[in-house]
Amino acid sequence: MSEASARKLGDDLLRPLLRTSWRFYALVAFLGSIVLTGLCTWAYQVYNGFGITGINNPIFWAFYITNFVFWIGISHAGTLISAILRLVNAGWRRPVTRCAEVITVFALMIGALFPIIHLGRPWLFFWLIPYPSNRQIWPNFRSPLVWDFFAINTYLTGSVLFLVLPMIPDFALVRDKATGVRQKVYAALALGWQGTPKQWHRLESAMSIMAIAIIPVAVSVHTIVSFDFSMAPVPMWHSTMFGPYFVAGAIFSGIAGLIVAMAALRKFLHLEEYLHPVHFQNLGKLLLLMSLLWSYFVFAERLTIWYGNESSEVAVLNVTQKGSFAPLYWTMVVCNFVVPFFIMSIKRLRTIAGCVIASFCVLIGMWLERFLIVVPSLGHKYLPYAWGTYRPRPVEIIITMSTFAAMTLLYTLFSKFVPIISIWEMKAGEHPSPALFPAATREHALGETHA
Amino acid sequence: MPHKWGMAVDLDRCTGCGACVTACHAENNIPTVGPAQAARGRAMHWLRVERYWEGDFPDVRLTFRPVMCQHCDAAPCEPVCPTYASHHTDEGLNAQVYNRCIGTRYCANACPYSVRFFDFFNPQWPKPLHLQLNPDVSVREVGVMEKCTFCVQRIRAVEIDAKAEKRELKDGDVKPACVQGCSARALVFGDLNDPESEVSRLSRSPRGSKLLEDVGTLPKVTYLERQTQV
Repeated sequence: MSEASARKLGDDLLRPLLRTSWRFYALVAFLGSIVLTGLCTWAYQVYNGFGITGINNPIFWAFYITNFVFWIGISHAGTLISAILRLVNAGWRRPVTRCAEVITVFALMIGALFPIIHLGRPWLFFWLIPYPSNRQIWPNFRSPLVWDFFAINTYLTGSVLFLVLPMIPDFALVRDKATGVRQKVYAALALGWQGTPKQWHRLESAMSIMAIAIIPVAVSVHTIVSFDFSMAPVPMWHSTMFGPYFVAGAIFSGIAGLIVAMAALRKFLHLEEYLHPVHFQNLGKLLLLMSLLWSYFVFAERLTIWYGNESSEVAVLNVTQKGSFAPLYWTMVVCNFVVPFFIMSIKRLRTIAGCVIASFCVLIGMWLERFLIVVPSLGHKYLPYAWGTYRPRPVEIIITMSTFAAMTLLYTLFSKFVPIISIWEMKAGEHPSPALFPAATREHALGETHA
Repeated sequence: MPHKWGMAVDLDRCTGCGACVTACHAENNIPTVGPAQAARGRAMHWLRVERYWEGDFPDVRLTFRPVMCQHCDAAPCEPVCPTYASHHTDEGLNAQVYNRCIGTRYCANACPYSVRFFDFFNPQWPKPLHLQLNPDVSVREVGVMEKCTFCVQRIRAVEIDAKAEKRELKDGDVKPACVQGCSARALVFGDLNDPESEVSRLSRSPRGSKLLEDVGTLPKVTYLERQTQV
């Protein structure tokens, strides 16, 4: 890479950090007010009691648990995809990895809030944490909710490390360019990075270890989230395939989230020269693959239940396929299978716009999928006398919407303070040093725009 | 040998009068939620009388089934509770520790019988019902789960009395409120570890079956099937 192009790279990617327009403040104020509304709504719920939500007997879990599973699913965008792309050394990953890893961290933070929001007595949430107390009471380690606690914390810790490690050289870059307070802050964040060969070597080793370690953690997280359902003897929850089914769904929605985020970044931060159509096409192919895998899981699950004809399970099956949940169910099928399948399998439609449309559909569809797993089963347990149905109330809707605003807000702020595309990895992709960086294939190197 | 409390419900005797439900509400300080909340599925009846219509008109038959916590030996509600609020006692009861409950409501989802109830609001009683609360039973605050306890306060009271008087418990000493209130004597309560007790005898009846036996929860409530064709 020439000196000039290196400077241009740095200038382009550091521009959002060093220059701020009024639009940024307007966006932050707008999103912040939505998030604040959500927080006030939660306070209102805590003050008045859970009765102001739509949950009832027997549907004790609804929107909040749907959001929990959905956001934990979105979190698989990042770390898992980026780790796999790193391990297979896909050169085109370089501008993608960081925006993916950030999604993971923020989606996990939001997702992990929901088990607390949904508690009847949220001020006692710390009873889920194993801490030594003089009463010698520990959490119940047999409970999948306690497994959740450990799984999510492990994943959050791991993905924060996975995100922060490759940010160090970029922090050092900002440190060298910035002045004043900003320089001091980034100097602290850069942890004394000098770019010596030893430091590079350690960073690379650490990233290899993390990339390998994070994959089983990511898989286990969503498996354990699925155990929240499959461990309970509830019709259509009590399923042996929920683990892989949930993981597939999580990666599916994660890719969709990543595509939407990348398209937004490309547009608003003017990163057209870094996020090329080929990136969207490649992620679009992954989206197609996961759409097919997800559909296969749904087909296998539904066919065996229909064929097995066990009365309590068929009751749930019927209410989703033909009964009151049918409009949501078929919307889900269209959003998760029909739309992504047709848009992503036709090469001419696999453009950036096509990918974004398909991804929006997948996000809607996957949210519905989580909802349709949680609610119809609870409404149709074994004794028909105790059947019920569910309608959300304004509290749940406002809190749900505010988490989407929170995600956008956190993402906006992050891209303001950290280069959203890893500058050093872009440079390394251009000029791979044989000792440190295994060479990316030629056609995947930066600047190649054809598929 | 510790006691193993259980119940037998003779469906032939049950008239569906609902006296057990009322007795349970009065004994256990269960709030009435009012028609608006009840319509939204917030009604709390630790014991409910399920009503099923069988057959097609004009050959219809109305049947009743009082359903309360089945106090399962392999209770799905217990392992899923992250704080041990729902746990098994030495006497085989499914106990619920209200003060330990943080309201994940996981137990209610796991329960195949849907006999666990959530306090959506702080309890309120229309006057003058607030003056008749049972001092032996704690009032539950908003955000916790509650359920049938087999009137554990009555069990404990009788056990303490018997110990003070240095005598063994006799069959029929312990009567939960529903059993006491059932004028048709459809509900029988007692110690399943005593083979001579009435509840043990009824539980061995060929008419006996457990509710949702195939879920594998090993309930301690036995239902004696109807034989009459009334």
